[in-house]
Amino acid sequence: MRRPGLWLGLAAVCAWSLAPFLWQLLTSVKPAAELEALPPFLPGAITLVHYEAIFAGHPFARLLLNSFIVSALATLLALGFGSLAGFALAKLRPPGRAATLAAVVALSMLPPVATVSPLFLLASAAGLRDTLVGLVLVYAGFALPLAVWLMAQFFRGVPDALYIAARVDGCSAAGAFVKVMLPLAVPGLTATGLLVFVFCWNEFLYALTLTSSMAARTVPVGIALFPGLHEVPWGEIAAGSVIATLPPVALAIVFQRRVLAGLTAGALKG
Amino acid sequence: MRPGAARLEPWVLMSPALALLAAVTALPMLYVVWLSLQQRALFRAAQFTGFDHYFRLAGDGRFWNALGNTLYFALVSVAMELALGLAIALLLARAGRARALIYGAVLVPWAIPTVVSARMWEWMYQPELGVLSFLAGRPVNWLGDAALALHAAIAMDVWKSTPFVALLLLAGLQAIPRELVHAAALDGAGAWTTFRRVTLPLLAPVILVAAVFRSIDALRVFDAIYVLTGGGPANATETLSIYAYRVLFQMLDFGYGSALAVVVLAITGMAALAYARLLRGGIE
Repeated sequence: MRRPGLWLGLAAVCAWSLAPFLWQLLTSVKPAAELEALPPFLPGAITLVHYEAIFAGHPFARLLLNSFIVSALATLLALGFGSLAGFALAKLRPPGRAATLAAVVALSMLPPVATVSPLFLLASAAGLRDTLVGLVLVYAGFALPLAVWLMAQFFRGVPDALYIAARVDGCSAAGAFVKVMLPLAVPGLTATGLLVFVFCWNEFLYALTLTSSMAARTVPVGIALFPGLHEVPWGEIAAGSVIATLPPVALAIVFQRRVLAGLTAGALKG
Repeated sequence: MRPGAARLEPWVLMSPALALLAAVTALPMLYVVWLSLQQRALFRAAQFTGFDHYFRLAGDGRFWNALGNTLYFALVSVAMELALGLAIALLLARAGRARALIYGAVLVPWAIPTVVSARMWEWMYQPELGVLSFLAGRPVNWLGDAALALHAAIAMDVWKSTPFVALLLLAGLQAIPRELVHAAALDGAGAWTTFRRVTLPLLAPVILVAAVFRSIDALRVFDAIYVLTGGGPANATETLSIYAYRVLFQMLDFGYGSALAVVVLAITGMAALAYARLLRGGIE
C-alpha cells in the first residue's frame, strides 16, 4: 500500500477509536451553560464543577472504593485458584485433564443472565446479597475459567525439566509450584490478572442484581443508575464516565503487550 | 510418598478452583433449569409446573420479538465487526514503528466499561444536543425511533467490540509465514489475488474463532441496551437478556424469567458447541 494512504487509514482508525471518549472528556469540563447548545464544540472555559459535583452530591468515592475492593480481591482469588489448577492440569497431567479443561472452557461461555436468578436466591439465602464478599465470590468464579485456561497454557510452556528437578531435590508438588513454577509464571500472572481485573471492573449485570444499596454498589451500576431529578445531568455523567474509564484504560495502555498476549492466547490457542 | 497420594495431588491442587466454579457457575446453571420448571413469584412458595413455561414461550409474542431482536443484533453487529476488524488488522499489520501508539488507541474502546461507553453514545445520540444530530444537520431521535434504535445500539457495539476482533485477526495475520506471501508475489500475483488466494484462506480459522467469540457475546447482549434504551421504544430493542431481566426483577416472576434465561443459555450453548468443533478441527 502507498504510504500516504496507509497513514490516512491509521489516523482514521485512531480517530474513530478515541473520538467518543474525547468528546466525553470535553463534555466533562464544559460549563453547564455550554452543554445546552451545539456548537460550540470546544469549551469556552474549562471547569471542574462536574467533577466536584459527583464527589460532593453523589457518593462517587464510595462507588470507586467498592469497585476497587471487589475487582482487586476477585482478581487475587482467581489468580490464586487459577494458577494452582492451571499448574496441576499442565504439569501433573492427571487423567481426565482434557475433559476438565473442556468443562472449564464451556463454563467461560456461560451467559450471565442464565445464572442471575439462582445466584440472587442463593446469595439471599447465604446472607451475601448486597455485600462486597458476595460480589467477590461471583466475580472470581466467573473469571476462573479464563484464569485456569490462560495459566494452563502458560505452564505448558515452562520446561518439564525445571519441575522434575525441583521434585528430585525433594520438593512436594505444592512446594515445587510455590518455589519454582510461580516465580517463572509472573508474566502469565500479570497478563491474566490484567484481563480479570478489567473484566471485574466493567461487570454490570451481577452488580446490578446482587446489590441494592451503597454498601456494595460498583461504579458501572452508579453510572447506569445516575440520578437526575428533572433533567439528565450530562456534565456529571461525563465526569463519572471519565473517572470510571481511567483505571482499565490506563492498565490496558501501560501493560499493552501483556494484555494483547493474554487476549489472543485466550482465544486462539486450542 | 504413596502412589495413591500422588494420584490425588493434582485434584487437591485443583479443588479450590473446582469448588468455586461449582458453587457460582455449575450449580446455579442446574438450579436455573429447576427454577424454570416452577411457578415461582419472588417471596412466595414455589409450585412445580413442569414444562408449562416453555409452552407459554411458544405463544408469547414478546418472546419472539426479543428472539428476533437478539438474532438481528448478533448477526449484523458480528458481520460488521468482522469486516471492519479485518480492514483494521490489515492496516495495523503495516503500521511499523507507530504500532505501539496505535495499539494503545485501539485498546481504548475495548477497555472502557460497556455501561460507560453506552452513556457516551447516549450523549452523542441526544436528539437536540447530540453531536450526531449536529453532523446529520437536523435533530434525529436516534434512540426514540423504533426503526433506528436497534441500529444505534448495533453501532455502539461495533465501536466497542471491533478492536478485539482486529487484534485477534492481527495475531492471525502475523502467524502467516511471510514466505507464502512473497512466493505469491514472485509468481506474479497482485495484491488482491494474494489476499484472496493466500492470506484469506490461511486466516479463515482465526476469522471463524473471532466470529464465534463475538456471537457468544452478542447473543447475550445486556449492558449496552439496558443503558441506551432499556429495551424501548415499545420493545423495539428488547433482547432476550433484557426481557429475562425485566421478567425476573421487575415483574418478580422467577419461574418464567428463568425459562427465558434457559433459552439464552441454550442459544449461546449452541454457539459454544460450534467453537468446540472448530478447536477440534485443529487450530494452532
